[in-house]
This record gives sequence, structure tokens and C-alpha cells, in this order.
Amino acid sequence: MLQPRSIQSSLGIRDKILSIDYILVFSILVLGIVSMFAMYSTDGGEFKYHTNSHILRFCVFFGLFFIVSFISIRFWHETSYLIYIGVFILLLGVKYFGLTSSGSKRWLDLYFMNLQPSELMKIGLILFLAKYYHRISIEGINSFRYLILPITVLISPVILVATQPDLGTSILIAAGGVIVAWLAGVRAKFFVISGFATIALLPIAISFLKPYQKSRILTFLNPERDPLGAGYQIIQSKIAIGSGGLFGKGFLNGSQSYLDYLPEKHTDFIFTLFSEEFGFFGSLFILFLYAIIISRIIKIGNLTRSNFGKLYCYSFATAFFIYVAVNMMMVLGLLPIVGSPLPIMSYGGSSMMAIMFGLGIVMSCKIYKDVPVN
Amino acid sequence: MLSPGSGNTVIKSKLIGRRMFLITAAKAVVMVGLVGRLISLQINQATKYKSLSDKNRFREWKLAPERGAIKDFFDTEIASNEPLYQVHLVPENAKDLDNLFVRLKAILNITEQKVSYLKRVIKKQKPWEPVIVSENLDWSDFSRINLFLHELEGVEPIVSVARTYPDNSSAHILGYVSQISKKDLQTKEYLKDVAVPGMAIGKTGLERKLDEQIIGKVGYQRYEVNAYGKRIREIKIDQGQAGKSFKTTLDYEVQKYTNELLKGKAAAVCVMDVYNGDIVSLVSSPTFEPNQFVHGLDKAYWNSLIKNEKKPLANKALSGLYPPGSTIKTLVALSALENKIIRPLDTFKCKGKIELYGEKFHCWEKDGHGVVNLRKGIQRSCDVYFYEVARKLGVDRLSETAKRFGLGKKVLSDFVEERSGVVPNTKWKKKFIGQNWYLGETLHSGIGQGYFQSTPLQLCLMTAQIANGGFQIKPRIIFDERNDNLRNYLKHKNENPNESLPIDLLVSNFNLKPLFKNQEHINLIKDAMFSSSNEPGGTSYRHRFENPKYTFAGKTGSSQIKRFTEAQREAEVKQESLPYKDRDHALFVAFAPYKNPQYAISVLVEHGGSGGKAAAPIAKKVIKKVLERHELRRNIGSSNGESV
Repeated sequence: MLQPRSIQSSLGIRDKILSIDYILVFSILVLGIVSMFAMYSTDGGEFKYHTNSHILRFCVFFGLFFIVSFISIRFWHETSYLIYIGVFILLLGVKYFGLTSSGSKRWLDLYFMNLQPSELMKIGLILFLAKYYHRISIEGINSFRYLILPITVLISPVILVATQPDLGTSILIAAGGVIVAWLAGVRAKFFVISGFATIALLPIAISFLKPYQKSRILTFLNPERDPLGAGYQIIQSKIAIGSGGLFGKGFLNGSQSYLDYLPEKHTDFIFTLFSEEFGFFGSLFILFLYAIIISRIIKIGNLTRSNFGKLYCYSFATAFFIYVAVNMMMVLGLLPIVGSPLPIMSYGGSSMMAIMFGLGIVMSCKIYKDVPVN
Repeated sequence: MLSPGSGNTVIKSKLIGRRMFLITAAKAVVMVGLVGRLISLQINQATKYKSLSDKNRFREWKLAPERGAIKDFFDTEIASNEPLYQVHLVPENAKDLDNLFVRLKAILNITEQKVSYLKRVIKKQKPWEPVIVSENLDWSDFSRINLFLHELEGVEPIVSVARTYPDNSSAHILGYVSQISKKDLQTKEYLKDVAVPGMAIGKTGLERKLDEQIIGKVGYQRYEVNAYGKRIREIKIDQGQAGKSFKTTLDYEVQKYTNELLKGKAAAVCVMDVYNGDIVSLVSSPTFEPNQFVHGLDKAYWNSLIKNEKKPLANKALSGLYPPGSTIKTLVALSALENKIIRPLDTFKCKGKIELYGEKFHCWEKDGHGVVNLRKGIQRSCDVYFYEVARKLGVDRLSETAKRFGLGKKVLSDFVEERSGVVPNTKWKKKFIGQNWYLGETLHSGIGQGYFQSTPLQLCLMTAQIANGGFQIKPRIIFDERNDNLRNYLKHKNENPNESLPIDLLVSNFNLKPLFKNQEHINLIKDAMFSSSNEPGGTSYRHRFENPKYTFAGKTGSSQIKRFTEAQREAEVKQESLPYKDRDHALFVAFAPYKNPQYAISVLVEHGGSGGKAAAPIAKKVIKKVLERHELRRNIGSSNGESV
């Protein structure tokens, strides 16, 4: 137990700063700046509430990112279960003391901000499972007794979030957990079986869905079904993106957005707005930035020596990719509208906090890549 | 607790790496899919989505153009536009509709029914579409609304223009305008582009005939609107184009005068320039108030029009069909002369009636006219003389002449209400009635009864073409340029008495079409008409003018509604003592001045009795009025106008 500490102490502040992955930091910063412009456009070209608070949040959580980065990966490993339990308690708190908005109870009022614990759970679950599978030997992974806990810690928050109701976030939380299990080596057969089980349970699950959720799924299958109702968002989003063309309509000139045809333009549809104003090349630029961020995270996963670090980085990279892909597929009309923010770009403090925190741990893996964890 | 050995850790690490590789491959596939989707939306389908985005973004509001004016010959506007003060309401801008209506009711005193009607309309349309709260406010109400405007959110005071007519004297010939109906949209092609809600279009008369040109070009305001339909900013405004104005050949002064004369009667008057066919006056009575139609007709007023047995909505001069009665005798005589059936001095003896084919044919003069030649036949309007002439002439030759002079077909073009009437002949009867012609019917036709049907306008044209020496003219009501071929021809003839050119060549040089074989025959008819109006014994002798400036030559007529029974004939029942509906229609046609004809006139008085008593006095007054204005007419509005 002493040896690692000596390695840790041997890292001077200068070494730590030097071992930061600057490409990753730079990409995050560029994405953050791009998101500020996008937010400025959603406010109609003025520094209004959304822009100001988005900038503030980005700055605060970018700071958080560095703080988390400079804390040893060992600390994060040791507190993984605690973090999960803490977030889980917050989720339970939402159930009883949560704020209700547009029919869904997702937020905790913390006076200075409204916290959405389900967003934090995305990271919490990955942390928990990364630690859990770090400890289990490769032989034991597929034994039934080591499946019970992972399934429990995965299902419990998913059910809590799904009943808020927030189908989109619950699916994304589940996806993160499944990814960790997959990477840890749980047998493919198991995923196939649970996949079929999910499909078999789908009719029952659908009967639990709220009418608006059912209608969203039906609408996805045929957006023209109800063009002024549930299909409206998909249609308007496609119009906005398509009308952007190759070069876009220009900054602040996205008519679909400033004329309010675009729903939820600050949050889920921020990519649509950007794509309308900056066209195909603008969209490619965003995709490129995300690709860099994800590939850097994977690279850090390759470098880090501990399996906890690897599991976490790979899982986080994949989850990050899924958040991006699901959001884009959604606004491009390839998936039903399930309500999932685009990392860093979308307005929303909890999402920003979770992503920055997650990235911070990644960076901590980089800085402390040679620190062994138990 | 399991404590993984270092070898285990390496194996595990390799497993994680392998699995991550699979995931990375999957990510690449998804990434390619995303880029593909972007290409499809932003490159392949960009045009489609751009147009959809513009469709979202822009909304156009059409602006009704100003209708062109209609002027009389002296450039007085007889159909013009006036500012119209309206109050519109845009529901989406109103915070509390119920409250607003309470306020509006207090300010404008609109009825409870109107409010509930408006609420129904608002429910049906989009929240940004305005409803018209008050269509036509007077200035004081309108300024009151403007005063309270700050507390009436959603209310928009609108100043627009609407059709207005100075009076009702020309209501029939001008027609009226009113809101576009569904049927109009289906049947009138030109309305497709111009239909603006609340716009009035021509429904009858000139307003309808000229509608397509007089409506003008619709303007539009293009606004950028947001998703809730709220106007964000104006992108483009096109005021449209006011409709074309038209100058007519009508004389507004004569219209007013004639309209006044006909008050209370069911009657029609038509006055025409005999040389160029300019219609100077065309009045039908009783008239209606065309201004009432502009802003949604009052139901009570509409019912009063519909129920009136004198049919105020019908333009009797164009669409009223009446047997021409004795006015046709001019053409019967002309036809007989031209076909060499009779000579002017051939005589018949009138004993008050003749019996032919087992039927009695009466002359209106019970005691008979004695020995009658052509001149006296027309002067006294002797029926027996024309029975004889018609019998010899035959109906087919008569119909040929009548048609040549413009009976049996429409005189003007594009007046939906105009009717063509009937000039009967043997073929016509076979075709439309399916029976053979009876000889007795020829006799009835000879005095303008039986199947004969004509409009006052046709009779006026007939008279004009006799008056001008027998040349065809084309009546017109829209002034375009001076058509003075016939006047120029006559002037040329006066100035060159020894013209060497043969007359038919000369006539065709002036682009004229003669309706006669021998012009002497026309002069004989004109002379006979003169005697009818100006010599003792003539049927309109009592209403003559001594002053040669106004002297007219005319022909009376009365068209029978109901055949007289023998008993009535014996009792010498007077027309005046018959029930109104059974009385004859009184007709009178004339041209004036006799020496130098300028105008032809036809007068019809429904159920007026005899033409001499009911129609001729009206004609006399109108002729005087028209001739008094003749110099003015020749001087104004024409550069080369000169009296012949």
C-alpha cells in the first residue's frame, strides 16, 4: 500500500501539468466555444439567460474537469461505490422531493441550481461497474453469482429514471452499464439472451409507457402520422438541417430556429440549429470534434495501466459516443425523439457537470496512468 | 475477496482490448451512417428542405387592389371608390377575447348576434387570420375606436377603399359589386389569382363585363412569421395595381334625368347615337340602390327587391323581352318595299277588321282607316294594311329583314343579362316549337305580335339604323376611340355632291355596310315615321315638337299581353280600365332631329297601355334633353367631332 503512494508523491505538479492530454483539452475547449456561439444564436443573437448561464456553467465545470483531473485515479477508484450510492440517494430524493416540470419529475432544487441526478447516474454506474469488474477474476465474471450485483445496480436506477418518467436517460444509463459488462468480458451469449428477453418483455414494457411516449415511438415510425403533434419535432428538425445545405444559412440566420419552428433548440436540438446555420461542413466539423474527443479517451484507455482505468475510459468513450450518436440520430430522424442531450453542446447544468466530471476522471487516468489501483 | 494476480490482469486487459476493438468498429459504422444521413439531408435533399423552410418562414397577406373607376362620356365618375373605415380583429393579438368584445360592444354598438357570429368565425380560422368586426364605419365611430385603441389589444383600424356610386340612376347598366361567392371562384377563371377575402367583384352589368380588367392586380405583403403565426417582420410589400378605369359613352346627366322621369313606372329607355352606336342613355325602372350591395346586403332590402312585382333587379332595356308591336311595322314596310311586294302608293281598304283563314283579324281602329297606303299605314299604324302586306310578304322574308336590322340577336357583348329575343319564321317554329307555320301567324307577326320578342335596346338599334340611312352600326358602351366612318361618309357626300364613285364602292371605302338595296326605301320609311309624329292623325301627333331643332320622327307600338275578347271589343274597353297586369306594354321608337338625325330612342312602359299615350311623352322629354346636350357632346370628348 505504500509503494503506490510513493509513486504518486513522486509526481510533481510540473509532471502532472505536462502529462495532461492537451489535444483532448483543446478539443473540449473548442467544442465549448462552439456551443457558446450556438447558444448565443438560440437567444436570437443576444446575451440572454441561456447564453449567459451556459457560459458560466461551461467555465465552472471546465474548472471542475481540471480539479477532477488532478486528483489521483486511486481516489476515484476508492470512492466509486460511494459516488454511485450518493447519486442513487439523490435519485431516490427526486422521487420524493423532486420538481415536476411538463409532467415529469426529474430535478432536485438545490437553490443555486436544479440538479438532475439521472445525468450523474450515467457516470456513477460506469464507475461502479468498472470498479466491480476490475476486482473480479476473468474466470469468475461469467458465473451467476457475479451477475446478480451488476444487474441489480443497473436495473435499480434505470427503473427509477424510467418512472420519472424519462425514457431517454434511463436507456442511456442502461447502455453505459451494459458496455462496461461487455468490455469486462461477460459472455456474448448472455447479451444475446438478455436482448431477446428485452424484446419479449417489450409488449409489457410498452403497456407501462405513458401515452406521449407511445406516440413518440409511433411517430418515429411514421412522422407524417401527426405532423402538427408528435411528428412536428422530427419534421421541423429535418427541415432545418436539410435547408442548411452545404454551407448553411449563416450565423444567427437559422430561420427555423429563430422563428421557433425548432422545438427544444437549446437542449436536444442544438445540433439542428448549428447544422442549419453552418450547413454540412459545420456538421462535419462537430462530428470531427467529437471523433477526436472519443479517440483521445480511447487512447488514454490504452495508455493507462490499470484495468479499472481501461474499463472506465473505454466505457466512458463508448457511452459518450452513444450520447452523441443517439442525439444526432434523433434529430436526423433516424431514432425516435427520446430526449437525450448532446454532450457539452446542449444547455443543461447536470449534463454538463456529469460529462465534465467523467472527462475529468479520464484525464486523471492519463495523469496517473502508472498508478496501480486495487 | 478476490485479489487478481498480475497474469490474470494482463489476460483481462487483452480481453478488454479485443472487445473494445469490436465496439470501435461498430462506432465507425454508425459514424459513416451519420455522415451519410447528413449528405442525404443537406446535399441531396437540400432544395426540397429549403423550400419547406421558406414555406414555414413566409406568409403572404393579399391586398385587395383598388377597383378602376367607370366614367361617363364627360369624364364624370359614375362608379368610383371611397375610403372605407373598418375594424378588424386579430384573435392571436387579443389577450382576453370575451372582455374585448364587451368593450367593442360598448364602443361600436354591435349586436349580440354579431358577437356570437364573430366568435364562431374565430374558432374556425387560424388565430392570426383577422376577422372583420365592422365593415363600414362612419368617421365618428372610427375616430372613437382610434381613441380607445390603446386598451383594445388585437383590434386593428383599417382604412380601405370600396366601390361607391353617386346615385342609383345607372344601377342597371353599371351593375353592382358584391363579395366573391364560392360559385364565382369555381366559374371565373381570372379570380384564381386575385381572390382576396372581403373583395367585391362585379356581379352584373358593366361591373361584371369589365371585371377582369377593372379589378386590378392584387398586391401582397410578405411577412416572416414565427411558428405561432406571429408576424416578425415585413419582407416585401407589393401594393398591387389599381384596376383600369373605363370611359363609357353614357351621359350621366341624361341618365339622372331619365331615371327621374321613369320613377314609379316599370319602364326602360334606351338612347343611341345613330352614326356610331354610342349608347347615350340606358335606364331601367324601377331601379335599385347599388351601394347597398357593396357591404353585404341588408336582408329586408333584398326581400323588398325580390318581391317587387315591377322587378327592380332586371335590366329591362337589355333583358326584358317584349313583342315589338307596331314598332315593327317600319321593318315590315321596308321589307315589302325591298322585296318589291308593294309599291308605296298601293292601297288597301281598312274596314276595322278582315277575315282570313276562318279567323277575324282586328285593326286597333274599330271603325277602320278607309283607304290606306304605306305612308298612311305607318302614320295611323293601320293593322289591316299590315295584315295585307305581311300576308303577301310572308314571314320568312320579314324575318330576314328583321334580323338584318339587329333583332333576334344580342346587341352588346359580354353582358350576361342580355337576351337575344326571337324573330320567328317557319324554320324557327319547326325547330323550337315543332309545328308547321300557320298563315294566320304571319299576320300576327306583321303587327309585331305572336312569337316576336325583342328588347328595348334592339328596337333602339333598329330605329337608329333606319335613321342613319340604313347603315349597320355596332352599338357600344365603352368609349375607346371615335368611330365616325358614317359621319365622315355623309360629310364627304355633302361636300362632294358630284362624287363620281358609284355608291357601293364609296360605302365600302368608308368601311360601311348598307342594310338596304335601295336607300330610297329607307327615306320612305323615315318620311312615314315623320308623318306619324308630326301630321294630324299620326299616332303620336299630340307629343310633337314644333321647333325643327327637336322635331322627331317616331313609331308607336303596344304589345298585347292578353287577347281582347269579342265582348271587350264590343264594349270598347279602355286599356286604363283593365287590371294593371292585363294592360298592354307601351312602346315608342323615334329618331331626332328629323332633318338631320343624331339619336335614336326606344321607350318601353310595362303595362302602360298605348304607346302614343304612355311612351311617347317620355320619349319627347328625353329627346329634348339629349338634343340640348348634343353640342356639348360633339365638342367635348372628341377632337374631330363635327356636326353633319
